[in-house]
Amino acid sequence: MGAAIGAGLAAIGAGIGIGRIGASAMEAIARQPEASGDIRSNMIVSAALIEGVAFFAVIICALVIFV
Amino acid sequence: MLTQIKRLIIFIALFFSFGALQAQHTPENEPANTESSHKKENGFNAGDFIIEHVSDAYDWHITSFGEKHITIPLPVILYSKHPELHEGKTFFVFLSSKFHHGHNNYKGFRISQSKENKGKIVEINTKGHEAGKPIDISITKTIAGVIISVIILLWLILSVARSSVKNKGKAPSGLQNLFEPVILFIRDEVAKPAIGEKKYEKFMPFLLTLFFFILLNNLMGLIPIPPFGANVTGNIAITMVLALFTFFITTINGNKHYWKEIYNPDVPWWLKYPIPLMPIVELSGVITKPFVLMVRLFANMLAGHMIVTVFVSLIFIFAGLFGAGVGLVASPVSVAFSVFILLLDVLVSFIQAYVFTLLSALYFGMATSDHH
Repeated sequence: MGAAIGAGLAAIGAGIGIGRIGASAMEAIARQPEASGDIRSNMIVSAALIEGVAFFAVIICALVIFV
Repeated sequence: MLTQIKRLIIFIALFFSFGALQAQHTPENEPANTESSHKKENGFNAGDFIIEHVSDAYDWHITSFGEKHITIPLPVILYSKHPELHEGKTFFVFLSSKFHHGHNNYKGFRISQSKENKGKIVEINTKGHEAGKPIDISITKTIAGVIISVIILLWLILSVARSSVKNKGKAPSGLQNLFEPVILFIRDEVAKPAIGEKKYEKFMPFLLTLFFFILLNNLMGLIPIPPFGANVTGNIAITMVLALFTFFITTINGNKHYWKEIYNPDVPWWLKYPIPLMPIVELSGVITKPFVLMVRLFANMLAGHMIVTVFVSLIFIFAGLFGAGVGLVASPVSVAFSVFILLLDVLVSFIQAYVFTLLSALYFGMATSDHH
């Protein structure tokens, strides 16, 4: 049960984090459309890094169940 | 000449370290025993099906027709620690078909069903009890997947290299058109900004190998048709070895400035003495960074493959719960979801390969950076 709550909280964290990245990336593109290629690559890299942290939490929850 | 020998030794050592690390590590997902044991009567066991799809095995399961399984047996290579149980022999090589899917003993070995050793090969003593595990360096499904992907990778890259030599000065042709922009992208957008103009060339072979190896294995794990479909990068032993490569290269190439930043950073003195707070934090950073690389790639790939399998098995779950008609209706939805998640996973494969390579390049850059 605790593992399920943990995984849910991790999902919330990832959602909030990546949502904020996406929001600021959109704002930046709106301010300067020529830079949209650069902004897009940076956004994807940051999203991948934050998702890594969220997966960390999911792995710990899975370990709790199976170990 | 010396560098060639050194490279060959390192290559062989790392090639075998895959197998050894694979053998020592437990298959990551042990099935939820309580849940699956009373589902067995239903005929379709979603939990077991999914976990069997993404974890390692001693034979390559292709398909099943009801009770009849079609599998490709793989070689089992064992080094026994109790030769007295096996008529004095220590080294064994045989095909995993001798185990008959875990029902038979063979020469004193068995695939264990006990709680702690489930799925692994154990030695059987004269009374029939488990007497510990041998040193297991078998060619399992994951290792066979690695070998296949390495063969494909070598074939692709060597043919591109050959055609690029042949086309020297002319426009690229054929497969070269596909690989050259990617290689230039890694050189110009990943390696040069991260490591610097002067030192990036030393690391380019490793970064390129890393990128293409991870990308190819990620994509191959998504194709369900054999010889593809082995979940290589979703296996924590494989990603652990890749992260270890990055760690060793960073450590070996760390220059004086790098170690100074860790053990004696330019911070106020009371953070370093009497309790070396900053060095401890920095040291844990040195360990954590490759560890996070490992977990990120492993979790992304494992989760992606599991989700695709879950959506496909939704059809069978619905059919099992509500009858075949509902299963039929649910199929288009489930297939649509599966295709969507599959495409998302292709994107994630590219992104994860890129992020692993980018972060490795950044660590190399930090290790070899000059004082500014």
